[in-house]
Order: sequence, then C-alpha cells, then structure tokens
Amino acid sequence: MAEKRLMYGNHAVVEGVIYAGCRFFAGYPITPQNEIPEYMSIRMNEEGGVFLQTESEIAAINMLFGAAAAGKRAMTSSSSPGISLMQEGISYIAGADMPVLVVNVVRGGPGLGNIAPAQSDYYQATRGGGHGDYFTITLAPHSGQELFEFPRLGFELAEKYRNPALILADGLLGQMMEPVEFTYEPIDPTSLPEKEWALSGCKGRERRVVRSYDLRPGKLEDLNRRRFEKYENIKKNEQRFRASRCDDADLVVVAYGTCARVSDAAVRMARDRGLKVGLLRPISLWPFPWDVLGDMSKRVEHFLVVEMSCGQMIDDVKLATECRSKVQFHGRPGGGVPTPPEIYEKILGVLGGTR
Amino acid sequence: MKKIFGRPAGLTEIIQRYCPGCGHGIVHRLIAELLVELDIRERTVGIAPVGCSVFADEYFNCDMIQPPHGRGPAVATGIKRSRPDCVLFSYQGDGDLAAIGTAETVHAAARNEKITVIFINNAIYGMTGGQLAPTTLPGMRSTTSVKGRDVVKQGYPIKVCELLSGVDGAYYLERCAVNTPKNIIKTKKALKTAFKNQMDDKGFSLVEILSMCPTGWGVTPVQSKQWIDDVMSKYYPLGVYRDRAKEEK
Repeated sequence: MAEKRLMYGNHAVVEGVIYAGCRFFAGYPITPQNEIPEYMSIRMNEEGGVFLQTESEIAAINMLFGAAAAGKRAMTSSSSPGISLMQEGISYIAGADMPVLVVNVVRGGPGLGNIAPAQSDYYQATRGGGHGDYFTITLAPHSGQELFEFPRLGFELAEKYRNPALILADGLLGQMMEPVEFTYEPIDPTSLPEKEWALSGCKGRERRVVRSYDLRPGKLEDLNRRRFEKYENIKKNEQRFRASRCDDADLVVVAYGTCARVSDAAVRMARDRGLKVGLLRPISLWPFPWDVLGDMSKRVEHFLVVEMSCGQMIDDVKLATECRSKVQFHGRPGGGVPTPPEIYEKILGVLGGTR
Repeated sequence: MKKIFGRPAGLTEIIQRYCPGCGHGIVHRLIAELLVELDIRERTVGIAPVGCSVFADEYFNCDMIQPPHGRGPAVATGIKRSRPDCVLFSYQGDGDLAAIGTAETVHAAARNEKITVIFINNAIYGMTGGQLAPTTLPGMRSTTSVKGRDVVKQGYPIKVCELLSGVDGAYYLERCAVNTPKNIIKTKKALKTAFKNQMDDKGFSLVEILSMCPTGWGVTPVQSKQWIDDVMSKYYPLGVYRDRAKEEK
C-alpha cells in the first residue's frame, strides 16, 4: 500500500514537485504559501537540488526561464501579487515555448488585498496573464492529494506542449492538513530524457537559440499561428473535469478548488431532500471543459456557478452553454469562503419555481 | 597570399547591423576571440540583452538565449545552477543593467553567481533613439533631456563598478574602454580574467566597457573616441575596482 501522510497542502505540493523529478526551485516568500519555500529549502537540500530565495518574483520566474531553457524541470510558487510580478516572464517563456511550472496559492485582491483564500486570479490564469497572444495550461486542485499529484501532471503537460503550466490553488488548500497518499514512485531526474532543444553548449551539434522575438516581417504572425495550432490540440485533448450526480440533474453546480469541496456538501444536502442537483468540477481551467458543459446544457436547465470572486469562471460557463441554460451565480470575493448552507439556500432559490 | 586576419570562429557569418563607429562590434569580436582562445565556445551559453545588441543572439557562434529587458543575470543564474559546466556570459547595455535590471545585477553579484557580465556603458539609449540612460552624464544631451541632464530634476548617473564595490559577493570588477587600440587590448585582458574566474569556479565577474555611440551622441566616430578620453572616462575612471584573487594572495 502506498505511504499515507497527514500534511499541509503547501507541503504536499513540495513532495509532488520532488516526486515529479524537479530539482530546481526559485521563489520569493509571500503569504499564504510560505510553507512551500520553507519546506522546499529543506527537501532540495536533501535531494541535491537547487533552491534559490530570490530578490523578487521577477528574478524567480527568469531563473526558471533559464533552468527550463537548460532543459531542466523548474518550478516556482507564489501568491497573487507575486504572480502579477511574474507575468512579464511567463509571457516570454510562453513566447519561447519553454515548459515551467508555476503554483499560485491565491489570496484576496486586488492590490495587497488580504491573505485569505480567493479565486479572483481566474481571469489572469486562464487568459494568458501577460502581454501577447498566449495561454497557460491551468490545473485547479481541490485537495491535498491533488496538490501532490498535479505537479507531475503539470510538468508532463508543460513538456508535451512546450508551454508554461500553472497550478491554481488557494490559501485554504495550502493551509489545510489532509491525508495524502503517495500514489506513485518518485521520478529519478536523471531518468528524464534530454530535450532536443535545450541549451547546454553546442559541442557536436548546431548552436541553439532560445528567444521570443522575431522582427522579420510576417514571421511573428506565422509563429503565433503555429502556437495557436498547438493550443487547439491542447483544447481538444486536455479538458479535465469531474462530474458527480449530474446524470438526472435539473441543476448543476459548477465550481473548482475549495468551492467545489464546499459545493459538494451543498449538493449532498439538496440530494438528501430529493432535489436533483449535481456538481461539475473543472480540473483544467485552461483548457476549460467547454465540451462537457456544452453537452450538459442541452438537457440541464440550470447552472449555478460558485466562486470565491465576484464572478470570473461564470464567463466560461456562459460561453460553453451558449445561452441554452440559465446560468446563476453565487460568489464571495475578498477572502470570503462560501458555506454549504448558503449554497444550498441559493440552490433552493433557483429551483424554487420548478419544484 | 596568406590570410593573416579573419573572422573568429566565435562569430557567425551574419553581417552585424551596428552603426559606423559603434563599440559593440569591437566588444563582440573580443568575446568571440576569447571563446576560441579559452576553448569554451562549445560549452558557452550567451545571454543577449534588449537594446541595440538584441541581435547578439545571431552574432555569437554559441548557444544563446534572449531574456526580458534587464533579467539577464537571473536567466544566467538559472542556466548556471542547472548546468554548472556551462560558461555563461550576460551581455548588457546601460539601460538593461543599470536601470530596469539593477536589482538582478546587484543580487547576482551578492550571491557571487559564477557568471561573467559584460556591461556596455555608452551613456545613452541607442536602440530606442537616444533617450536618457542611467549613465548619461550630468549636462549631457539626450532626446529626453534636450537641454542636458539636469541633476536636480533627473538625478545623477549610476557608477556601476563603484556601486558593486560595496557588494561583498562581487569577485571581480573592472572598468575599461574600447576607444583606442591600447584600451581595446586592456579590455580583452579584463574579459579574459572575467571568463577565467568563471572557469576556475571563482565567482561573479563584471567588466564595464565605456563604448562609443556616435549616432546617439550626435558626433562623428572620431569625435566619439576622443570624447571618451576627454570627458566620459573622467566621470567613469578606468581601472580595477575589485579583484578578490589578488586580495586573497
């Protein structure tokens, strides 16, 4: 049986990164994710990896750019304001088609906001975030278990498509202790294949150049179109979600991360009272699970989107359902976390007319 | 006929697009010669800056990467820590190194990263059309200080070697110039020391090079060389500012 440990979500991320064979971390402390660099400094030291506490998030993301260009698995973690600082680097990394992993333990914003859990960085995570035409593969864990497992998935997707990958968690997931099962053997970094594009010195081969610019007329347009062909493949192949109790549902709650955990309890309350309510949990936020929601909208009358924000993912739900269903919203911005009873009340309110 | 002078193998065949009288081409050549002389070309990764020498990634015949403006030392850190056997050089202009990338420069020095930084100080923003640089001299004209740098409103220039002299982590700091044959020879010697320090795993080495920008300065190439002797090197004195190898002896 796999080893099971009770651990903080932030510590689970660290083990997930180590188990994924990553030996490069650079980052700058920020609440509520400080346990990641703290524990990472110990684990990287034990594993002979690189741990760099940087002068800024800007430096951290650029160190990742270098490490990824050198062909190594590299990751950073931060929370909302720090992720904003990294957007310049993420844009360059996406423009140079380099794989890196960025973990955002989201807190309340905008500005300094607060240090409570939030989901208000959804737009930033799923719309590129920095300047230019690009997207980042975005995964939304809802448990310590997924915080352990998603770093490996994130690296695999990032490398498969040569694109930055994000894990979008929140302060609650990071700070909560849960049992985590170490479901797979750690990957030996030396077993990972050499990248055919990595910078390592040009001995015995043509020199390689990593860059995000092309000033020749028309060339950048071509490059961006090719990158969007890649994005079409990602959209086709990598939509991830978990649907529960949706088959006969009159109302489907759509929620990710912490909100999915809370909504699950509300859905069970509704089912206990005979209401046909289901839960759709997007796991990949980009690519968003447009297809399953599109299909569902052909038979489900109501969707209730629950977010810890004033409503950001709701846009994607509306786009996916194409006005076929009624889309309602319940949100708690600025560090508020919804409770099962308040979501249940909202469900009752929506279904009131149809009961 | 015997060929006695040619393009070093450290440069690609691509024709460089610098203005007449510009110093970049001289410094490129010195670096390229050293890549061959020190036999490090095949394990070098160069960092191109943002600015006139953004195309350095086409000119140097080695692996190259083009990072965001000012972030060269951070990208170099990521590569060097991942592949310690590689030789890293970060080629940066004054805006790149002493304005937008000041933090990355100071902290790479503080960490004593085992990298070589080549800092081209021509006291002006060339690529964008001659605006004020962090190294523009007091009273010097630029397109954003048309009556000359007013230190009351625009502050004072940053003297990078002097600034980094206060950083314990910095291993080697020297300021040179490429306006005369004698200074060019000195510059090559400094660059060689900066690369050798990295090859010997010693530490952060930065060579600041006073370099001509006749286009940005609005003078002839000949005048620009003279101006470095007469004015610029008076404000930015040439010499070794830190040499821990000597201090340790």
